[in-house]
Amino acid sequence: MALGIEASLGESVLTSKLDEIINWGRKYSLWPYVFGTACCAIEFMSTAAAQFDISRFGAEVVRYSPRQADMLMVCGTITYKQAPILHRIYHQLCEPKWVVSVGACATSGGIYDNYCTVQGIDQIIPVDVYVSGCPPRPEGILNALMDLQKQIESNSILIDPQARHKDFRGILDQ
Amino acid sequence: MAAKVKQLPSRGGTPAEKVYLIEIFKGMAITLKHFLRNLWDNSNLYVRHYPEVQPDIPARWRGRHRLLTHPDGTPKCVACFMCQTNCPADCIMIKAGTRIDGVTEKMPVSFTIDLAECIYCGYCVEACPEDAIRMDTGIYAFTSSNREEMKIGMTEMLSLKGGFPEEEYQKGLEGE
Repeated sequence: MALGIEASLGESVLTSKLDEIINWGRKYSLWPYVFGTACCAIEFMSTAAAQFDISRFGAEVVRYSPRQADMLMVCGTITYKQAPILHRIYHQLCEPKWVVSVGACATSGGIYDNYCTVQGIDQIIPVDVYVSGCPPRPEGILNALMDLQKQIESNSILIDPQARHKDFRGILDQ
Repeated sequence: MAAKVKQLPSRGGTPAEKVYLIEIFKGMAITLKHFLRNLWDNSNLYVRHYPEVQPDIPARWRGRHRLLTHPDGTPKCVACFMCQTNCPADCIMIKAGTRIDGVTEKMPVSFTIDLAECIYCGYCVEACPEDAIRMDTGIYAFTSSNREEMKIGMTEMLSLKGGFPEEEYQKGLEGE
């Protein structure tokens, strides 16, 4: 799908320079939306607070509405009862959007291998970066943020952001 | 690195300060001063400069796992499945095989720890009768964009080195 200038310009110097500027802007202005359900959210608070200061990476504008955010941080255990909420919130996020799965519970269910816990949020939504730990240190969350910034560098306006996870089929996707 | 803490005395008693307006502009001037100072050189910010300055990790910190080796380079692990049984997250997967060089009866053919599931509780280290697995690498953060890559195999865990001197690690064990 090509819209606007990329339809008329195609792959040229102008679009690649525009890519660089846009990616630079996106990289350093990730607005996180924290889906905090457990102790990993406490570690996110530490990451966002004065000592680790996530604003050094430009991601300090923690939004309270998914409509205003572009980075979903899933911090904590996701149960099957909560899965539809997470699924809806993911689809409410603005494109282009990125998902960070913080900690063992969100990544794989962790120690909660039981009837009610989702064994990894990648069953519901596509995930870009996984952070290991229970909970991970704030450094781990900052590492994930830096990984994400590296991923964003390779983005292009010629690629439709929605096509990135076009083939993804979660258990809640019809 | 400990954070730099600056303590300021309590103020606000004088009439000039009670007008507030002057103080507001003074405050704005301070903000601007800090902004200009940190604009080009932010090394004086009162934060942990994480990617540049690595944190101090104590010897008892449970970081990434490593498998220890005999002096000849073979794994100490005897594939007794103690750690796998004790693991509350079921993140250890061992495949045992016969050891033919006569040092022990069994040895692991594959030893995989899924770091996506691991909760870094250290029960595997406590359960190990051979001191074959330790969490003293001092690696405190691990991220990946692929869940399959988070399954760490035996070769990688054998190649990791301890992050602390042996006596410091033993001292850490004394409290247990």
